[in-house]
Amino acid sequence: MSMTIANSQKVTAWEDVTAAAGNFRLAALLGWQDVAQRYRRSSVGAFWLTINMGVLIGALGLIFGTIFRSPMSEFLPFICVGLIMWGYYSQLINEGCLSFISNTETMLQLPLPFFTYILRTWWRNSIILFHNIVIFPIVLLLFGKFMGLNALLVIPAFFLVSLNLLWMMVILSVVCTRYRDLTQIIQNIMQVGMYVTPIMWQPHQLPANKSILILDFNPFYHLISVIRDPLLGGTGTLLNWGVVVVMAFVGWTIALLFLNRFRSRVTYWL
Amino acid sequence: MTSMTLEDVTVDFPIYNAKSRSLKNQVMSLATGGTIGSNAEGHVVIRGLESINLSLNDGDRLGLIGHNGSGKTTLLRVMSGVYYPSGGRISINGKCTSLINISLGIDAEATGRENIGIRGALLGFTKREMAEKQAEIEEFSELGNFLDMPVRTYSTGMQLRLAFSISTVIQPEILIMDEWLAAGDEGFQHKANERLHDLVNKTKILIIASHSKELLVKNCTRIVWLEHGKIKMDGNAETVASAYFGR
Repeated sequence: MSMTIANSQKVTAWEDVTAAAGNFRLAALLGWQDVAQRYRRSSVGAFWLTINMGVLIGALGLIFGTIFRSPMSEFLPFICVGLIMWGYYSQLINEGCLSFISNTETMLQLPLPFFTYILRTWWRNSIILFHNIVIFPIVLLLFGKFMGLNALLVIPAFFLVSLNLLWMMVILSVVCTRYRDLTQIIQNIMQVGMYVTPIMWQPHQLPANKSILILDFNPFYHLISVIRDPLLGGTGTLLNWGVVVVMAFVGWTIALLFLNRFRSRVTYWL
Repeated sequence: MTSMTLEDVTVDFPIYNAKSRSLKNQVMSLATGGTIGSNAEGHVVIRGLESINLSLNDGDRLGLIGHNGSGKTTLLRVMSGVYYPSGGRISINGKCTSLINISLGIDAEATGRENIGIRGALLGFTKREMAEKQAEIEEFSELGNFLDMPVRTYSTGMQLRLAFSISTVIQPEILIMDEWLAAGDEGFQHKANERLHDLVNKTKILIIASHSKELLVKNCTRIVWLEHGKIKMDGNAETVASAYFGR
């Protein structure tokens, strides 16, 4: 509703992003409010999503574990992390497309930094992720397993993964505001992506000569691996980490240039 | 020094879903709205504002008049920093707040008190500032125990009271309003008016769009008459109001 504008020259993308990150409280409050809405008039609230996720993991785990003849104690934790993280990524991407469109009213009235709306989407989904992740220790306990020290790697991994998704959301939110059909296409891609990425099947099940093409060129394989491998006792490969780091840098550079170019047009497209 | 300068400001809205211009649209545009044209890529473009030159300084009270679609809201949005002009320049010096839709961001499922927090954050208040204002807002709204109830249980008047109470705690240097704010029943309206007058008097620059002659003449020193996105007349409040409203 208010904003101090010293001199309303074009706001650069960098100013936008830093202003929004500096006032993260606003994005967090709005994002939290979105989650809180699920708790109103429902005692279970956002945990309904967790329950749904749990049922999905159980069902798919049993079916695919049986089909692949994988030992359940190995396969269920694998598919558990995979599905939870994929759900998080795909929700972020899909809702990222709509970050501006769903805030049209606010954007047309308050000159808030645009990145605030992206952070709102990210925070809302991160809270839901923290709900869902409780399934994982339960699955581990079921098989009498425990997390190792490697699990601590998920902290830097989550940071890097978030950086990557945020730049993707910045670009998508701008493009999807201009080209409304794109949201449908992205949703489609993410749906197919779930089967292309090793979520329900394990990377080692691929024939060795095919794995480079299917795995290494899929950014989501790396984004999933740096989280999943440490949680399952591994570390993720150097390639996984390398791709995630480089992609964060390159992606943010492109996203900032992109936002800088089109920022002042976005409100006209709403 | 608070000021706002618009130099040759032009605003073009690209319309991507209107592939062709029909004759009917062109005829209609003579009566309402801006000028419909097309840009270099062949997209339909609506010219919302054309070559607006304005300079506002400390103490200025500007009224905007014009029929529907003459560009008042668009100009208010440019002034509040929402639209970056597609042509020309605008420079704003001072803390600028727009009270265009005071109910923005009100979440019907959240309680009155929670809404105060959300709205306060949107207004740009820090947590500490908000803690100071909270009691003042609650008291002014006279909603009492209802503050702990979800806003959906409020009557329309009560919702307006809440929105009004939150929105008017601001102390901007430049205040932008679309019509005078109305809120609640007679008793509250009186109090609200007083508060709004107080707010208006304290701001250094006031910009208000309205269809009420009485209101404009009473609050403004200068009026700009917009037509088809251009300034048709700019001058002393009385003079322009008489010309527009035809006495």
